[in-house]
Amino acid sequence: MYVYDQYDQTIVDERVSQFRDQTRRFLNGELTEAEFLPLRLQNGLYVQRLAPMLRIAVPYGLLSSAQIRKIAEITRTYDKGYAHVSTRQNLQLNWPLLEEVPDILQELASVQMHAIQTSGNCIRNTTTDQFAGVAVDELEDPRPYCELIRQWSTLHPEFAFLPRKFKIAVCGTQQDRAAIHSHDIGLELVADKNDVMGFKVLVGGGLGRTPVIGSVICDWLPKKHLLTYLEAILRVYNQHGRRDNKYKARIKILVKAMGVEAFAEAVDREWASLKDGPSTLTDNAIAHAASFFTEPDYAEFDDQSSQESLQSQCDADPIFANWVNRNTVAHRVAGYRAVTLSLKATGLAPGDITDEQLELLADLADKYSFGELRTTHQQNIVLADVPKAALYDLWQALQSADLATANIGYLTDIICCPGGDYCSLANAKSLPVAEAIQARFDDMDYVYDLGLLELNISGCMNACGHHHIGHIGVLGVDKKGQEFYQVSLGGSQSKEASIGKILGPSFKQEDMPDVIENLLTTFIDLREEDEPFLDTYRRVGIAPFKERVYAKAD
Amino acid sequence: MPKLIKDGALAEDALRPVNADSIEPDHLLTLEQWLSLTDKSRSCVQLEPGDGVASLLDALAEIEVIAINFPAFTDGRGFSYARELRERGYTGELRAVGQCIPDQMSYLTRCGFNAFQPDSEAGLAQALENLKDFSEHYQAAIDEPQPLFRRRS
Repeated sequence: MYVYDQYDQTIVDERVSQFRDQTRRFLNGELTEAEFLPLRLQNGLYVQRLAPMLRIAVPYGLLSSAQIRKIAEITRTYDKGYAHVSTRQNLQLNWPLLEEVPDILQELASVQMHAIQTSGNCIRNTTTDQFAGVAVDELEDPRPYCELIRQWSTLHPEFAFLPRKFKIAVCGTQQDRAAIHSHDIGLELVADKNDVMGFKVLVGGGLGRTPVIGSVICDWLPKKHLLTYLEAILRVYNQHGRRDNKYKARIKILVKAMGVEAFAEAVDREWASLKDGPSTLTDNAIAHAASFFTEPDYAEFDDQSSQESLQSQCDADPIFANWVNRNTVAHRVAGYRAVTLSLKATGLAPGDITDEQLELLADLADKYSFGELRTTHQQNIVLADVPKAALYDLWQALQSADLATANIGYLTDIICCPGGDYCSLANAKSLPVAEAIQARFDDMDYVYDLGLLELNISGCMNACGHHHIGHIGVLGVDKKGQEFYQVSLGGSQSKEASIGKILGPSFKQEDMPDVIENLLTTFIDLREEDEPFLDTYRRVGIAPFKERVYAKAD
Repeated sequence: MPKLIKDGALAEDALRPVNADSIEPDHLLTLEQWLSLTDKSRSCVQLEPGDGVASLLDALAEIEVIAINFPAFTDGRGFSYARELRERGYTGELRAVGQCIPDQMSYLTRCGFNAFQPDSEAGLAQALENLKDFSEHYQAAIDEPQPLFRRRS
């Protein structure tokens, strides 16, 4: 993974000092609340319902065991002993004290971490595929480009006060696991007809109040032009994006208003003066970034014999076999698997992880996965390089810490924002809905029979829980002071991305498990063989689901 | 005389704020007033968010001061205006005025501003301090045209 040199460390250290001074000036009245607000936001600090919330950047989801141990220590010293994995692969602390945030940032800087631009109207953490570098279907590792974008976007002087927040995602596979279609900018590594790799550039995707699938404005951008082209897009957006209404301020609204073609032309005009300038990536710069994402020191395993011994362990222990089947995926190196640890055990808030679990994971990462961990935008954690021969030991260790729930990609692997329990933006609680649904569907055989099914819950239309792109999406809404839940069907974050369609009038919280059950029963009735939910929905449409759910509700 | 920060130090100058009602000597001009000038030599003009820089580009060599107004410090259009003006060859004074705050000094300077005159003079001492916030940067900008990836050793 990327390792700071003296330049990176200087920048992050100076940012900590700057924020320490800003916090001091705010606390003694020299900075007004209005002035401090965007400054603290750009250091990840929100003021929430009960306490401030600090969002720590995890660049493209990559963490070392040393960083995880530091996070565990910070949650114990400055918080209540747990952290939360967000849908931007970041980590959140729910209970820090404002006065102590500069100290927390200093602790983070000691392990090459920070909270820069994790909120506010600026370029946010760049996200990618959690299986980058190990995926069997990968064309090229996206992480060096994520790192180059991280550096370019960090404290960018021109783009710190944009009309609205700005999110970039990069993927290097055909099967998009980074949701690039629902980002302000989505970048896909693609080959041209001569097999030279470059970027397909999508712009204007997004969730929130107005969900939009991004549009392609460049089919193939040479790698060296990546940063100047991004700069041109941002420059058009910064100058022309709406600032009069925050609900119409995202780039997707500008792209719609101008039209994709006119927007692309405006970008090209800006780009003309930036193209081939000093920010053009050099071969050296790309090679330098790539040098941090080389192969770890993989052992040479005989694939057949390691597969056979894994198989015999699976035969002997069906619970282990089930976990291997549900929570691990193929690895491009023989004898290895990539493992996803579920943070979606029933009864715990999705994405939450305790200090003790963090420390255990750090140890397990050191022991079994080259000391690296990854957060996922589905709010789970990945150990990307585990030898098949170590899976059984790993699984046993995870079981003892409640981290072996075998539900990755299934109904109970719910994506869920912190919602009204914590967030001051939320219209409704989301955690109790997730928990009630997990509790209702506790028969895992039934859950597995449903096949892969993504259920995403957001507590408001800011859509941190990505409800628009859930196969089933749930959105908390406020109706005259009461919390209701709107259901949508047919969203997808994959290659064939789509925005879910609203089912109809919203439901009360206590009715939600019944509503989900009705939807699932309808699906089972209409399903052909082992058809996944999304395929059935796309085949039969929303009407039969609607009929069933609202007939029963009367 | 009104105070400001210019080229990294506290200074005073005689230039007065825009008066939209009439063109007066020693005042900054609105873009509209400036466009009506027949002789633009040594002129001083103030851009508002939304004005863009296009109408100034043919006269950059003649202009003495371009002020860019920040009616709210969170309206970041002026950062792009400043950078574009410098990139197109403007070498005169580039002044940030309005509600910009000392904590933006580093970004303003990097984008090519060399003068800072917020509505309130109270923040000028703090602004001088904020000039020292960062000694290193990742990106190319006006103060450092080479991005770090071309300078790393």
